Amino acid sequence: MQDFGESFRLAFALVLSADGDLIEIIGLSLRVSLSAMLISCAIGLPLGASVAISRFPGRSAVMVLLNALMGLPPVVVGLLVYLMLSNAGPFGWLQILYSPAAMIIAQSILITPIIAALSRQVIEDLHNEYAEQFRSLCVPSHVAIGALLWDARYSLLTVALAGFGRAVAEVGAVIIVGGNINHLTRVMTTAIALETSKGDLALALALGLVLMIIALCVNGAVMTLRSTAVKYAYA
Amino acid sequence: MFERTPLTIGLAALMFLATHAMPVQAGETSIILQSTTSTANSGLYDYILPIFKKKTGIQVHVVAVGTGQAIKNAKNGDGDVLLVHAKSAEEKFVAEGFGVKRFDVMYNDFIIVGPPIDPAKIGGMRDALAAFGKIAEAKAVFASRGDNSGTYKKEMSLWKAAGLDPAKASGKWYRETGSGMGATLNVGVGMGAYVMTDRGTWISFKNKAGLKILVEGGDKLFNQYGVILVNPKMHAKVKTHEGQAFIDWIIGEEGQKAIAGYKLGGQQLFFPNAQPGS
Amino acid sequence: MLEATVNLTGQSVADTGRTADVLPVDISDLVFEAGGKRLIDGLTLQLAAGPRTIIMGPNGAGKSLLLRLLHGMIAPTSGDIRWCGMPLSEDIRKRQAMVFQSPVLLRRSVAANVDFVLKLRGKDSATRRLEILDHVGLSGHADQAARLLSGGEQQRLALARALALDPEVLFLDEPTVSLDPASVQMIEDIIQAAHRRGTKIIFVTHDIGQAKRLADEIVFVHRGRVLEQTPASRFFDAPDSEQARDYLAGRIIL
Repeated sequence: MQDFGESFRLAFALVLSADGDLIEIIGLSLRVSLSAMLISCAIGLPLGASVAISRFPGRSAVMVLLNALMGLPPVVVGLLVYLMLSNAGPFGWLQILYSPAAMIIAQSILITPIIAALSRQVIEDLHNEYAEQFRSLCVPSHVAIGALLWDARYSLLTVALAGFGRAVAEVGAVIIVGGNINHLTRVMTTAIALETSKGDLALALALGLVLMIIALCVNGAVMTLRSTAVKYAYA
Repeated sequence: MFERTPLTIGLAALMFLATHAMPVQAGETSIILQSTTSTANSGLYDYILPIFKKKTGIQVHVVAVGTGQAIKNAKNGDGDVLLVHAKSAEEKFVAEGFGVKRFDVMYNDFIIVGPPIDPAKIGGMRDALAAFGKIAEAKAVFASRGDNSGTYKKEMSLWKAAGLDPAKASGKWYRETGSGMGATLNVGVGMGAYVMTDRGTWISFKNKAGLKILVEGGDKLFNQYGVILVNPKMHAKVKTHEGQAFIDWIIGEEGQKAIAGYKLGGQQLFFPNAQPGS
Repeated sequence: MLEATVNLTGQSVADTGRTADVLPVDISDLVFEAGGKRLIDGLTLQLAAGPRTIIMGPNGAGKSLLLRLLHGMIAPTSGDIRWCGMPLSEDIRKRQAMVFQSPVLLRRSVAANVDFVLKLRGKDSATRRLEILDHVGLSGHADQAARLLSGGEQQRLALARALALDPEVLFLDEPTVSLDPASVQMIEDIIQAAHRRGTKIIFVTHDIGQAKRLADEIVFVHRGRVLEQTPASRFFDAPDSEQARDYLAGRIIL
């Protein structure tokens, strides 16, 4: 297979050329997946923390559900969101099918359970440590949740990253609700799928390499931030 | 100070959404064209749509899926114009009231590609039905779309006309990929299988490694594309004016000339055949 | 140095600023069971405002449990705890504070740890924070990460945080275990100062020397019951119970 060598050459050429279309696609990928990550954090973190610190009947059922939802197939999420946003569906009036907004919604649904389930674990560990002190201080639950989320923020960054990684790498959901429309909803993964279907495997793999480089940069940046925090023993 | 983390993040997310992710910029008119992977992957739209936009200012967003899914999406009202290649399904779509009227746009043809060693000995044949018969007889590996696309429907009609039912050999020599044309060609390359494909996809397909055209030219392999405006009586959101403008253009003189003008490696991929005055 | 502290023993509430409104606390027939075991077994006790109460007893006697039951950290299986005739409520709990054996500090700066509780009670102010940190000798560490403090400093911060609540009752559960003598001294001084301001001290310790330095009265607990409640002046020389005698003599008691 000469595709590998060719792909590496192409990947570097692509990055170096700063091709306008490529920049647009990368930009949209980041915009969509980062937005989905922020929305999922806004929902998933408080949700995970609430489950972590409360005891109620059916709690383990909720945990099982959250863990199971982590494995939601993207294509199923895509299909559900399509049916909701379709003109024939209940939210058709929003007119956002085949738009980045639809892709953000789909990815948010996909990764919110991941953020919630993983943050529950992180927060529960920290809460085991803080619980007695908080009880002694009569800390109300909403304050406790805020404090736990804040104190666990560097661990939660890793959680957010896991969500972002899943979002930016999935293709099944965005291709259905975004439609892979050129200059409108084409992102890295749908572009890779398209090039693969055109038989241009070298270009597809090169795009994949670019995607990996982006993921590496994002992870590297977060890890640097984290290790700084560890140095000051906040983490 | 930053205690209300979830709230802060939530607000940031909303602001991000509000400023960055709104679908289409105001002032630009656009339509959604539900179409097939075979036309989109060939690069045809990248060639003709800028010409159309220059003339009318209308941006055409192409959603490229299999014909079956394109028709389904259009039935849901998720598109303004449908451009696919499965004439009977298109006529049914119109008859059921989902589309306004169907127009012929262009054609190309289907071909059968396969490995050069050609185990079923079909190389050079023109009669697709006879070729299918020999493939079935030799139990030679055949990769099919198996996905309700226009190409698949055409393939099925050919098997039926040849008096064969390949579904019986499903999973044996007859392999249904359930994927797009390009993906199926990739499978064909990987397995050294016969594949029936439209010529446009084949010419623009870059991973031909080990496959070549074995059957072409017969009258059974004709591939007609049609265009339909989604019926605004079914879905009020349909952009009738812009959609009709696109149809008028593509079946008109300029559009037809643009289609004929699209060449890849010196070869013309699609042949305009709209009836004037229809 | 130690003499000065010991001298305080007899004075009890001499220079008290105010008295605790929630006291006395009446504990009657208190029972706590866990895992099928009766850990607190019909305990009855009254603690009055004023004297520094030191709870002593062998391991597993139920000292820490008693503290937690009094502070409402856990609910009793049966029996009654009444603060000035009232059952324990959120309002009464907010007038108590507790310092644990190993301090649990937030993963933030020293200042932020104090701010957290001040804000919790709506008393957020930089002046107050500075005052409290100064009081426990940590004003120079305000911006440092709390978790980077030494063991003694961490416990002083925990104490500062408890005192920031201006509690009427301060529970201390062996707060100086495994600290160096200088740190123990500082912590005891802070506790004495709190006592002088009128805070009721209820202190669990195994350290007989510490008990002698701090106690006005000793509550000796054994097998989930109070064996005696004796003024400190008498306890160390002539305890009422045989078990306390053995305990003070360093003999193993069962």
